[in-house]
Amino acid sequence: MLRLDSLGQRYGDHPVLRDITLTVPDGQLLCVVGPSGCGKSTLLRTIAGLLPTREGAVSIDGEPVTGVPDRLAVVFQDYGRSLFPWLSVRENVALPLRRRGLGRAERRSEAERMLEQVGLHGAGRRHPWQLSGGMQQRVAIARALVCRPSLLLMDEPFGSLDAQTREDLEDLLLDVHRAEGTTIVFVTHDIDESVYVGDRVVVLSAGPGARVVLDLPVALPGKRDQIGTRGLPEFVALRAEVGRAVRG
Amino acid sequence: MRWVGDLKPVRRLRTRPFRPIRGFGGGAPEDGTGRGGGGESRRATPARGALLRWTVLAAAVAAWQLTTRTHDSVYFPPPAEIARHTHDLWFSGPATHAFLTPEATDNILPSLARMATGFALAAATGIALGTALGRSRRAYALCNPVLQFARAIPPPALVPVFVVIFDFGTQMQLASIVFSAIWPVLINTAEGARNIDPLRLEVAAVLRLTTTERLWLLLLPSALPRIFAGLRLSLSLSLILMVFSELLPGTANGIGFTLTDAQSRSDLLTVWAVLVLLGALGYVLNTGLLAVEKRLLGRGRPT
Repeated sequence: MLRLDSLGQRYGDHPVLRDITLTVPDGQLLCVVGPSGCGKSTLLRTIAGLLPTREGAVSIDGEPVTGVPDRLAVVFQDYGRSLFPWLSVRENVALPLRRRGLGRAERRSEAERMLEQVGLHGAGRRHPWQLSGGMQQRVAIARALVCRPSLLLMDEPFGSLDAQTREDLEDLLLDVHRAEGTTIVFVTHDIDESVYVGDRVVVLSAGPGARVVLDLPVALPGKRDQIGTRGLPEFVALRAEVGRAVRG
Repeated sequence: MRWVGDLKPVRRLRTRPFRPIRGFGGGAPEDGTGRGGGGESRRATPARGALLRWTVLAAAVAAWQLTTRTHDSVYFPPPAEIARHTHDLWFSGPATHAFLTPEATDNILPSLARMATGFALAAATGIALGTALGRSRRAYALCNPVLQFARAIPPPALVPVFVVIFDFGTQMQLASIVFSAIWPVLINTAEGARNIDPLRLEVAAVLRLTTTERLWLLLLPSALPRIFAGLRLSLSLSLILMVFSELLPGTANGIGFTLTDAQSRSDLLTVWAVLVLLGALGYVLNTGLLAVEKRLLGRGRPT
């Protein structure tokens, strides 16, 4: 369980986040939406332990976050920079396994297995820059999932992909989430996307000093699919509600 | 946290066929195998380029031969004569010695050994110090003026200092090479290590790589293009300082020694042969380093 307790964050005198209190139960897929520049990425970096907490506290399963927590993975928006271009796709995916003290052969087979699960069977020996953007982000997702994190943070992961690829990856994420039950915090500026993938949507106000202005459970019937779900009246109503909150 | 089975439901995504994006006439295939074709026409270009380069070189040598033949000056022997002399002097030895004459084994090989040792020492120290400097903002800020000052000194001007410290001989020559060749590789490595993408450092933090892993998997590969830019400069400085340090009195062998010795005997043919040899050596060494760079960096890798 992830808990944020009146979390505040500032850069110098400039307040970024103010009094954020949230509890994310295990297995929830929480979407954080807000206007660009409102501090969504700062929130994610604070949870990841990459930024020190200024006010309030972040805790995972009751343990306060001071450094990068164990069993945490992050997927960044800029896959081109987050992957290491000098390593092959397989080596990139195997990177987190070094911490687990696995031998070379085991790391390799684990990475191959993970690549297969994200739909990249046979791409292991190639290099990230030889793949399309969507495939590179799949590699980044495989790298994040390979050591079975209990908390996955995603910072606008599909923001720079074309519409078709983005929809494919949204469905991939939902499949992974259903199979793994990983707790996911998914940051996006896309209102449609947040309602489509989220179990719950939290809207942050425009900065400076962003606060939570809406905390909405997403109860959509049945298994989600790109065409059907987006046409449901419930979906349209939820999207409108989130949209109004984002616009203030 | 649960991990259910081996993720059967996700597998089906692998077989999802590629559908072109409407209105764009097709997008990037997502199947993990497709690669651009058209290698045929691209392959022809380097071959033609090489042919053109060799033609220009041949034309230059032919013009040189023609001009020197018509003027018939003792100071400017024709290239054919220089080539014959080069062969007689160094490369007419027995097959058991790789066709090298005693003249070659006594002079060219010691020179190359000194240069290789000096360059290797400079490269190893430069990369190690440069990485350390580049990773510490404070150390870099403090040392940068010193580095810029050290780099600004024309390397041959250092040689007299080492003559005084070490007296003439191999030690002085090695010191001259190392202290000249170290700066470009050190400064470039520090620059490369300093300019690592901050997002990649965050990724390393999230992956909780150890210091050693960060060095080998992130810092050095990131800095590699800059390191090689420095190594190329250092290599040519090593060659210059190798010859220069051998020009001084007190040296008993070496390519530089052959040069001054021939000059004192007014043996211009040997002087020219040495110049051609040095040019060829510089070219071969640089080409070798470029090949290593290409092998390590890979083709088309973005930085």
